[in-house]
Amino acid sequence: MPPLLDVRALSTEFRTGGRPVRAVADVSYTVDPGETVAIVGESGSGKSAGAMSILRLIPDPPGRITGGQVLFAGRDLMRASDEEMRRVRGGDIGMVFQEPMTSLNPVLTIGRQITEAIQQHRSADRASAEKRALELLGLVGIADAQRRLKQYPHQFSGGMRQRVMIAIALACNPKLIIADEPTTALDVTIQAQILELMRELTRRFNVALVIITHNLGVVARYASRVNVMYAGRIVESGMAEAVYHRPRHPYTVALLRSVPRLDRPRQARLDPIEGQPPDLTRLDAGCAFRPRCRFAVDACARARPPLDQTEEAGHLAACFRSRELGSLVGAAA
Amino acid sequence: MAAEVDGRPLLEVKGLRMHFPVIEGIVRRRKVGDVKAVDGVDFTIGRGETLGLVGESGCGKTTTGRCVLRLEHPTAGEILYDGVDLAQLQRKELRAMRRRIQVIFQDPYSSLNPRMKVGEILAEPMKVHAVEADARKRAARVRELLAVCGLDPRFADRYPHEMSGGQRQRVGIARALALEPEFIVCDEAVSALDVSIQAQVINLLEDLRERFGLTYLFIAHDLSVVRHLCQRVAVMYLGRIVELAGSDELFDTPLHPYTQALLAAVPVPDPSVEASRVFRSAAGEVPSPINPPSGCVFHPRCPIAVDRCKQARPEVREVRPGHWAACHEVH
Repeated sequence: MPPLLDVRALSTEFRTGGRPVRAVADVSYTVDPGETVAIVGESGSGKSAGAMSILRLIPDPPGRITGGQVLFAGRDLMRASDEEMRRVRGGDIGMVFQEPMTSLNPVLTIGRQITEAIQQHRSADRASAEKRALELLGLVGIADAQRRLKQYPHQFSGGMRQRVMIAIALACNPKLIIADEPTTALDVTIQAQILELMRELTRRFNVALVIITHNLGVVARYASRVNVMYAGRIVESGMAEAVYHRPRHPYTVALLRSVPRLDRPRQARLDPIEGQPPDLTRLDAGCAFRPRCRFAVDACARARPPLDQTEEAGHLAACFRSRELGSLVGAAA
Repeated sequence: MAAEVDGRPLLEVKGLRMHFPVIEGIVRRRKVGDVKAVDGVDFTIGRGETLGLVGESGCGKTTTGRCVLRLEHPTAGEILYDGVDLAQLQRKELRAMRRRIQVIFQDPYSSLNPRMKVGEILAEPMKVHAVEADARKRAARVRELLAVCGLDPRFADRYPHEMSGGQRQRVGIARALALEPEFIVCDEAVSALDVSIQAQVINLLEDLRERFGLTYLFIAHDLSVVRHLCQRVAVMYLGRIVELAGSDELFDTPLHPYTQALLAAVPVPDPSVEASRVFRSAAGEVPSPINPPSGCVFHPRCPIAVDRCKQARPEVREVRPGHWAACHEVH
């Protein structure tokens, strides 16, 4: 079966005076139907810009998609017309963003915003759109739906607004939902509720999910596969279990080591990643993680390591030393 | 670990309440109620100790910190700092106290003046409190503070926007240290930082605690960070402390159903551990503090609530030595 989403060598640049910044550089990954894939990285790693590029939501200027293909259900979205893209967004691809307050229109009722999404994409009359809106609010666990549909976003809590966003994303029976930091603005008990809801609904309707997050715990709980990004590139990719238990890129190793963990005894001291995140305007030909890497060798300065197969099938890493990393990490620990 | 913790508390908070009036009407303004942001909070912090204050948005943890800093004038209660009640102090006396009590805020972007160079930002408190009259000595002290916080002394000539988030937070920490305080309120001090930078700043806070014998009130929502940094932890819900215990004790054997729900909600970075966890999320959302539920404020979301919980508010009691909880059903 071909993948539902097949991103090939996607690159996006931003120009804000001075040198252009390659926010997304040569990013390739696939998502199968019904699968949950996480894109994990820190600020500026290109995880959001990559997702926005897939939906062609990069503001131009200053941004520009400079290359690559995005095959969605066999069709290249990079070649689709603007009109076709409008039909895809909110239609076959649903979206959930971080800040539900800014992605909902404050002067329209919730009901209007859901029915609008339905009527934009499906030839539905008002009555059937309203019926569907009621059904959707029930699905996302909003009680008293009849009354709630007539309310405005400010009358909803943060968690409830994110439930509305999920209802809108699901409105047109999408094949894929792209969720960009969907729970970052929420408290931890509400985060858990929202993520459980997304997991349940995507399973029930066989919707694939791309979840973009900086939270390593969220990835571990919800994703089957994970792509780790650093400085605009995917540096490691594989099944979540493999990436977490046998990381093959020094950045992933360091990231997993630097967080305090509730599931392990308290450490005397944390083991941070030294140095600062990279300045994307000053990247050279070598590996972008090299200045902070404990295992860097001369070769890392001369060329950028490609995203290559490790000793494990389906597990990729962009490091010249990925195959020896297992023993190196063991020795350093 | 860290500096020694002796028995005499440096800070003793008793019956702290902070109620904000809710005003309605544009022409005829009238008070229609109170937001009970902090509603009867007691805790102590020993010298050299770090107390964690955790809870979700709106639980009152930040307001509690702001009361201790006297950025708010509390509605009721005592804040005994080294025996002096901060709640009763007038402007002039407060100012003297502020040399000893400092704060590190969450957002290193908005808490540093963008028009001042880092050197000026760090010299400012020394000028305000007239601790170092000589400009050259002040400059030397600025360089020393930068070095202590792991920054190149040349950063003194830069503006905040020329620095990364982690570097800016180090400046925020250096500023808090400028007056050689003994007590620092850290309000979400590492929350805005990326994971790779967060660990650096946590280590810095620990180093400084040891080096200068500092006492911290560490306010945060990230439970794993709090567990790592704090000797004791208080969990707040809707303006009240629902549980307080030593850090290891609280995380190993949480007693209050809210603490248990909070810990269950935090995903850990290990797919195998996550796959084997039985997950039960707390139902519902935090109610409005304007009109809190009767009895135990957690009862509408509580999986073990009984009739009594709707009627009587459970007092915080010492269930085991040093382990306090406010729940009728915990024995």
